Amino acid sequence: MTDQHSPVPEEGQTGLSRRGFIRGVIASGVAVSSAAYLGSTRAARTVPASPGTVERLLTLTVNGQTRRVDVLPNETLAMTLRYKLGLTGTKLGCDRAECGACTVLIDDVAHYSCSTLTHRMRGRAITTVEGLEGPSGTLHPVQQAFIDELGPQCGFCTPGQVMAAVALLRVNPNPTRAEAREAMAGNLCRCGAYDHYLNGVMRAARETT
Amino acid sequence: MANLHIGHDFAPPDVRGKVTGRAKYAEDFRAEGMLFCRLLTSPMPHGRVRSIDASAALAMDGVVAVLTADELPPVPAPANQILTNEPHFVGEPILAVAAVDETTAQDAIARIRVDLEPLPFTVDPLESLRPDGPNARVDGNTVLDDEVREVKWIAGDFESESGGQLPMGEPTRTWSYGDIEAGFAGSAVVLDETFVTATNSHHSMEPRTSMAYWQNGKCFLFASSQSQSFPVPGIAAYLGIDPEDLVFVAENCGGGFGSKGGAYPTAVISAFMAKKTGRPVMMRISRAEEYALGSARCGFQGRIKMGFRGDGRLLAVDLYIVQENGPNAGFGDWTSAAGAVSIVYTPVAMRFRGASILTNTPPRGAQRGPGQNQIATAVEPLLDKAARQLGLDPLDVRRINAPGHDALYGDHRDPVTSAYMREALDQAAERFDWKARRARSGERRGSKVTGVGIGQAFHTAGSSGFDGLVRLTPDGKLHVHTGVGNLGTYSYASTSRVAAEVLQSNWDNCVIERGDSSLGLPWNNGQFGSNTSFTMSRTNYAAAMDALAKLKAIAAGELGGAPEDYDVGNETVFRRGSPSTRLTYAEAAERAIALGGAFSGHEVSEDLHAMTKAAVGRLKGTGLIGVAKDTLEKTGTVPALAAGFIEIELDLETGKYEIVDYLGVADCGTVAHPQGLMAQVRSGAVMGFGMACLERQVYDPAYGIPRSVGLYDAKPPSYLDVPLEMGAGAVDLPDPQNPMGMKGVGEPLMGCAGAALLCAISDALGGHYFNRTPVLPDMILTAASGRTPSHGPLQVNTD
Repeated sequence: MTDQHSPVPEEGQTGLSRRGFIRGVIASGVAVSSAAYLGSTRAARTVPASPGTVERLLTLTVNGQTRRVDVLPNETLAMTLRYKLGLTGTKLGCDRAECGACTVLIDDVAHYSCSTLTHRMRGRAITTVEGLEGPSGTLHPVQQAFIDELGPQCGFCTPGQVMAAVALLRVNPNPTRAEAREAMAGNLCRCGAYDHYLNGVMRAARETT
Repeated sequence: MANLHIGHDFAPPDVRGKVTGRAKYAEDFRAEGMLFCRLLTSPMPHGRVRSIDASAALAMDGVVAVLTADELPPVPAPANQILTNEPHFVGEPILAVAAVDETTAQDAIARIRVDLEPLPFTVDPLESLRPDGPNARVDGNTVLDDEVREVKWIAGDFESESGGQLPMGEPTRTWSYGDIEAGFAGSAVVLDETFVTATNSHHSMEPRTSMAYWQNGKCFLFASSQSQSFPVPGIAAYLGIDPEDLVFVAENCGGGFGSKGGAYPTAVISAFMAKKTGRPVMMRISRAEEYALGSARCGFQGRIKMGFRGDGRLLAVDLYIVQENGPNAGFGDWTSAAGAVSIVYTPVAMRFRGASILTNTPPRGAQRGPGQNQIATAVEPLLDKAARQLGLDPLDVRRINAPGHDALYGDHRDPVTSAYMREALDQAAERFDWKARRARSGERRGSKVTGVGIGQAFHTAGSSGFDGLVRLTPDGKLHVHTGVGNLGTYSYASTSRVAAEVLQSNWDNCVIERGDSSLGLPWNNGQFGSNTSFTMSRTNYAAAMDALAKLKAIAAGELGGAPEDYDVGNETVFRRGSPSTRLTYAEAAERAIALGGAFSGHEVSEDLHAMTKAAVGRLKGTGLIGVAKDTLEKTGTVPALAAGFIEIELDLETGKYEIVDYLGVADCGTVAHPQGLMAQVRSGAVMGFGMACLERQVYDPAYGIPRSVGLYDAKPPSYLDVPLEMGAGAVDLPDPQNPMGMKGVGEPLMGCAGAALLCAISDALGGHYFNRTPVLPDMILTAASGRTPSHGPLQVNTD
């Protein structure tokens, strides 16, 4: 909706020229920069701020694709996904393993990506909410069921809720409501939409078994 | 005629983006060359900056700028500040640092030396009211008429404290109606009870992150906001720019609950930094920071005297509230609480007195049912206490006092547009099988005992005088331009369907234009205060009626006859009795463009808001423009009412309870979106359970340091704190002052549930009333074993 907004800094105020900026936008398709936003060094500065901030090139498997990315030693998977791979569906609600908004699958198991170091992801298969849809845009049964049951409200916790439900159904395709609640309990929803999310999990289970 | 849209379920257009991760929140936007900003915040509850030395930070590689309060236009005290040299709470932003990445910005913060002079502080309103008590601000401890004043009570006022009752010195505000003394004299039972309701954080899952840049003199701001058009003038005022020069993008809001309803100062720090550096700036707010600057609900130390007739009718109420207001302007919970008592229990006579006292704790703002919900949790258990003494069914005490259409609201004794509380109670009692459940009250199974309860709550639920804007385009689509915002209830969408209803458009052919002020959005009320359903259905109705009149005028001009000879259906305007004499909406839109004038938006009515006129200015010539101010009749207050019924099983050995069953019933007028409403009834209850039995803010009284700055500490409810399934219903009877019968209800759905839960706990304990929120398991255990509670009756911010 707002991709129409192209932030073009005024010339003379920054090191970026208007033309250079536009090139950047075109290269990335939308106004999502290919530059890194974390302790990134190459684009913005030549000397690391401290010895601990040296990035290393890592090969990750994300949503079935091989992604090569420079990663800091202390970088969390959530930050890599959001700020280096452009996968902003994974949300950061607390950044300290309290809320579950950042839940992703690592080898099919739900994990808080805010509390997972990216460097530990070598050879692991990472699935984010962006990786659930079928090739033609068909929604995953959990996603469709969350729509049908009006699970999301504000929607900020929704990607995490979706991933937790997908992880549950992979190990327990036919859970009881109580089992579903237990499996989802690591995902907070301040809107309090628990009832409707559970309705969604149960519907997805019914429709896939 | 049956409605096409109103009363029918639909998939709101933004849900798909939420389940796929494509929905964009403030932190999901990116801009080339974007800097990151971090805040240096106050480590002490009250202090004054003597000096700032940022030289070491500025010398760091990658650090671009430091922004201090001195560089910003002043925000008049006691309003919340953008940055400040006199922090009034732990975590208040003093300065901001921008750097090429967030790590560098945070490292730079650590190298900045700020010399702070500690100043007196307080975290307890009563302490501040003592003759020699500390003030939260240098110039006083309360805010009256937007000015800071000092209010102190005399030592004698505090004598009642030893008996555990709230001292009641000189109030700063008072109102009354009727003769309360006569009421108490004629009462069969009189209760005089002191209570405390905790302050609690909003816990919105999305911290209030923002991203901003400037381009061609305009500020582009991407922020977390419940509301779309309403905050624009306030944000522009912070920035010192014309509202037309602000492009405000707020497509999705990851939770607000009142804390992101209007313009708030944190959102503009990124914009000021972007202006200073000439580059886009992203400022992420951390969860811990959110607990400081993210707003919180006002706490109460209160006292209520209630006189009941033998049949339960409430004859007199004398209410006194000392409100914990935070250090700044705060919010009017205390007076709203009094208003709620006047309408939910319709006392024959009532007096309200109170004082709102400043403390060096997070700035307070509206939180879902501000005032109304706290007072529901305080008063509803006391109704049960009176019912026990009178030998009455708690349901009967509520029914006899319940507001009907003749109820009057607050000190001004305003009429109400409609009130179906008794119908809500009756529907819930029947569905819940209240009589049978009540018969089980007190049943024991081992250490477990059954308790039942009923709660009620209220909020005002509607405004008028805002503008609606719709547009029919030559492709035949109906565009509903809505500036209300998207806090997650989907009422932006259900009220947009009113326009489709009026114009009999297919929903598939409707486009909701929202989330970005550059799309041409009208001046609308904020998405807060349970008002959207009433207010926005009226504005969209008004705009659609304008479009309808224009369709008929165009058809009459083209096809002959008079406008009143025409009707609409199947996205055509046709001559009654001659259906083939017609124009499609697509054709009519083309004619409107050709005709110009008001048809195409080239002329607009003078009574529209400047923002609406500007929006039409962007859209003129693109189709048939329907635009109008809501001037429909509105006399009196629009009440949102709700009743909650609950059964619990309380374990006397652990102090824990299980909610066996819950049913909430809403009085929200005609139900527009059944699935959306039922989601609100259930999820509002979840928040209510949290307020009643989980959430609190804890402060170290010696140092004024917050001890609950994590979700684990402050404890919003999780899946495991609520029932596996909950019941929901609605009265579904129309409000006569809304063209679709609709009114809002978001807020009382929370209060009624929290109150019901507290009533059930007290019921399970055989009539032990805590007069306090939250009621925690240790308090339940203490009560069950007859021991003295660990906190005093007036203590606040306790663990």
